[in-house]
Amino acid sequence: MKMPPDAILSARDLCFDYGNGQGVRRVSFDLWPGDVLGIVGESGSGKTTLLKLLGGLLAPSGGSLSYRETSGEVLDLLALPEARRRHLARTELGFVHQNPRDGLRLAVTAGGNVGERLMATGSRHYGRIRQSALDWLTRVEIDGARIDERPTEFSGGMQQRLQIARNLVSGPRLVLMDEPTGGLDVSVQARLLDLLRSLVADLGLSVVIVTHDLGVARLLADRLMVMQGGRVIEEGLTDQVLDDPREPYTQLLVSSVLAA
Amino acid sequence: MSADSGYNFAYLDEQTKRMIRRALLKAVAVPGYQVPFASREMPLPYGWGTGGIQVTAAVLGPEDTLKVIDQGADDTTNAVSIRRFFARTAGVATTTRTIEASVIQTRHRIPETPLTEDQILVYQVPIPEPLRWLEPREAETRALHALGDYGVMQVELYEDIAIHGKIKRAYDYPVEVAGRYLTSPSPIPKFDNPKLSDCPALQLFGAGREKRIYAIPPYTAVRSLDFEDHPFAVDHPGHPCAICGDTDSFLDEIVIDDAGGRIFVCSDTDHCRERQEGQAHENAA
Repeated sequence: MKMPPDAILSARDLCFDYGNGQGVRRVSFDLWPGDVLGIVGESGSGKTTLLKLLGGLLAPSGGSLSYRETSGEVLDLLALPEARRRHLARTELGFVHQNPRDGLRLAVTAGGNVGERLMATGSRHYGRIRQSALDWLTRVEIDGARIDERPTEFSGGMQQRLQIARNLVSGPRLVLMDEPTGGLDVSVQARLLDLLRSLVADLGLSVVIVTHDLGVARLLADRLMVMQGGRVIEEGLTDQVLDDPREPYTQLLVSSVLAA
Repeated sequence: MSADSGYNFAYLDEQTKRMIRRALLKAVAVPGYQVPFASREMPLPYGWGTGGIQVTAAVLGPEDTLKVIDQGADDTTNAVSIRRFFARTAGVATTTRTIEASVIQTRHRIPETPLTEDQILVYQVPIPEPLRWLEPREAETRALHALGDYGVMQVELYEDIAIHGKIKRAYDYPVEVAGRYLTSPSPIPKFDNPKLSDCPALQLFGAGREKRIYAIPPYTAVRSLDFEDHPFAVDHPGHPCAICGDTDSFLDEIVIDDAGGRIFVCSDTDHCRERQEGQAHENAA
């Protein structure tokens, strides 16, 4: 597959069908380093399915998906051997689930959750693993004194921040986020968005973020894709799409936002 | 002792023994890998050593001398009944002396007396999968083994240190066999883990209920998992054995009265008896 020379991730004609006509139909896009791509659309439009295809949680029925490593080598993500795929998924990739319980080990302490990627990639020094875990808890604004508590003792917002720390500890280049602020109250949501925005900017991450909240999209995303019925119906710069929507559905979406 | 008539040699039929031997050969060829086998119903309940007893039956020959130990002791129910089982069904010689035995079936201990190249140690294993409590899906644990993806076990050890200050796992301490497969050493105390490595004897593991056989061939490197700054270490209560005075063997704590009195004695009864006899000999001379 042809991949633009600078792109970090390229999808071409990705397809997936749940067997009932629902799914993702021929989605193509490129993602560049430091690029934040928002995917918006109504429930059932295929946003999360697309993200799962990108993250390797689902196997597409058609299309291609390429990823460029730091070394410049282009990998065909769909043909990658399982061992290599798992290694990539826990080093260069991050996946932030909508429900932090899906992305955390609830029976394992916060420190263990953050340290898991390090240990899975061969780190065997307890002191250094713990220090990295502490550093990351601090960066996501979790009190270091709570490092030995289980996620079940954390609030929803803290669990979500812990999940983010757990993903970022390995220094990923591409992070996929599924509604990271879903289910949080507005003030917690605002703080999490601030945190995400500064982390993404500091680390120069490439991000694909799925959301149904246009406010989140406007705040975080450089570019937007609007999905409906499994297809991308409109894409462009965030401000352009939100301020001057072309498609009737996008116009409806934008006009449906309640003014605070 | 001559064998009871009416049974095939060592109870199992020859086809079954052949099937088990095939699994054993594969297990020896791939150290630490759990080989599935068609475990049979045995005349004792699961959890009493049905895996070990099938492996023993498959490797036993008429010339062998069998020793059976349970928690280090030769005189507990499990040890006595399995020893008698093979004396009756195979007519083999039995012993309680480690040095005389050619096949040793064990539950929860490795003998204190160093093993030799002429011996086979057969372990009874309740749960052969070291990742079972961390990952309940069998398909997933097989994938983890296939990919050598053992980070999750390290997380488990991390948790111990974070919560207790050190790795608290005292038995069934996970090991890496020949630099490849993560393996459960069966519920032996971690005190015995160093004896697994570079052992001259062939070590066979049988799990009857879980239908798995695995092996550690002679002189194979076995590493207990740990952290660089929290290296693997064995525990010892710090007392000598109350009977033979040994300070290096694994000790059992035994309550001796209703007033809280307790003593520490060697868990390996054969080792303790040998030392007592040695001392009696010295005193007499």
